[in-house]
Amino acid sequence: MTEQNFESAKSAPTGADDDDNAATAKAAKQVIVPDISGILDQIDAVLEKNSEEFISGFVQKGGQ
Amino acid sequence: MGIETEYGISSPNNLGISPTILCAAVVNAYSDFLFPGRAKPMRWDYYVESPFNDVRGYEIERELADPESWTDIDIGMPNLMLPNGARFYVDHAHPEYSGPEVTNPRDAALWDMAGDRILDDAARMASELTGNLITIYKNNTDGKGASYGTHENYQVARDVPFDDFVKHLTPFFVTRNIWAGSGRVGLGQESRTSGFQISQRADFFEARVGLETTVNRPIINTRDEPHADPTKFRRLHVIVGDANMSPTMTFLKMGVTALVLSMIEDSALEFAIDLTDPVLEMQSVSRDYQFTHPLQLTDGTSLTAIQIQRKYLHAAQNYMAHKPNDAMTEQVLVLWREVLDALESDTESLVGAVDWVTKKSVLDSYRLRDGLDWQDSKLKAIDIQYSDIRADKSLAYLLQRNSKRAELFTDQEVERAMTNPPEDTRAYVRGKAVQNYGQSVVGASWESLIFQISPDQPLKRIGLSDARGYSAIETSHLFAKQCEPAEFVSNLERLTNKQH
Repeated sequence: MTEQNFESAKSAPTGADDDDNAATAKAAKQVIVPDISGILDQIDAVLEKNSEEFISGFVQKGGQ
Repeated sequence: MGIETEYGISSPNNLGISPTILCAAVVNAYSDFLFPGRAKPMRWDYYVESPFNDVRGYEIERELADPESWTDIDIGMPNLMLPNGARFYVDHAHPEYSGPEVTNPRDAALWDMAGDRILDDAARMASELTGNLITIYKNNTDGKGASYGTHENYQVARDVPFDDFVKHLTPFFVTRNIWAGSGRVGLGQESRTSGFQISQRADFFEARVGLETTVNRPIINTRDEPHADPTKFRRLHVIVGDANMSPTMTFLKMGVTALVLSMIEDSALEFAIDLTDPVLEMQSVSRDYQFTHPLQLTDGTSLTAIQIQRKYLHAAQNYMAHKPNDAMTEQVLVLWREVLDALESDTESLVGAVDWVTKKSVLDSYRLRDGLDWQDSKLKAIDIQYSDIRADKSLAYLLQRNSKRAELFTDQEVERAMTNPPEDTRAYVRGKAVQNYGQSVVGASWESLIFQISPDQPLKRIGLSDARGYSAIETSHLFAKQCEPAEFVSNLERLTNKQH
């Protein structure tokens, strides 16, 4: 991503942030919880162990 | 039609390595696997490519264009045409797989899935060769401000006014993500606000119509590079989509979009939905997984995303009612209706089929079990790992297997599509030429193959301008003879000259 693009990215949707708070509050009401409890153990087993490190290491350059 | 995917790439144990180097390692590893001992890498034939042409009828000056859009400058990066007719190469800092040209959504989804398997194999080979683990993700953002694309391409009639596409596609694309979205943890391009949204890509669109793909991204892209006879066709380049881990959604996305395009070509859409602010609405729709948000229209009224999708669905049902029965289109229409119904009444039934629903079911289960909020790194990790393409690491594959939905493709079909081209487009002759005469193919593009029989002979360029031509029916006899490369090339040249 170019410097210029990075700047415009930062200042992009300011209006959306206010909406986001309202959306988040509303969204908290609806959760999707099918019966996948049986496989949460399996997911636990394959999830990257150190999620903090995994997240900070996942850095991509902008593409198309 | 066809799909091109830029994948995310990482080297988790060695974060300092440049992504371009990682990409080159992955593509080169696959090149060595396909063409062991090959002296010169395969090149892209840039003879006809011109990314600065705009479908609106003018060419922007190269100096004015962003340097990142100079995709036709070959910087010596590996560039492969595969035996299945696809292109596999390094695009900026991402490995890109551009699937072969296909004629229907089922094949589009099949060769897209074959691409995931090819990338998985290539990453494993590169990891072994370099002794450094390289991992690949089929997603569209790192959650830190960078986005990379999954682009769809559709061949459409040149004589349809481009404004008709803009008018009818804009509301369709703004709302399509309610089923085609892949889900994302984080709001805003850099995830400055915590939360969940339906789409990976929605926050990265900043314009209604335009030529760019890397900056100021437009909902309707105007790049005019038909890769075919420009007097008859445009190639509609669609950049608003998310990468889908669910082949069912890839199938539906390609099928429904192609259907909407057919209706536009036939002037069969009798309504027009003029959104007041399509760019902002795209972000609002992505945040509205209850589907209550009213999208504002310029006539003062409003519609929800599901209502807009239903308008297109009903138009498509009416449109197809007057057409000869076509089983695959019928399958697209039935699935589209079922998905819209389920989004309103039974979202959980879509786990394993609709990517954002599948992803959210895992996120919600973790939030409930472990009391996590949306800022938790575990949820962000789940978001990314959903799109890991390794069979034993991908959460998407795990959930798909668990959902017990019928799979769209058998393993045998996918394996076959990894090494064989579709039979009903020019991808057939390209793939088969690479398969049988790969060492003589020194360069290629969507519209050409360049052969060199021996180092002392000049290059021979064969043009393939008709995307529907050079299919198995027309060219399979050239391969059945198993003749020497020189004879094959002159036979192919004779056949293409006859057709021109």
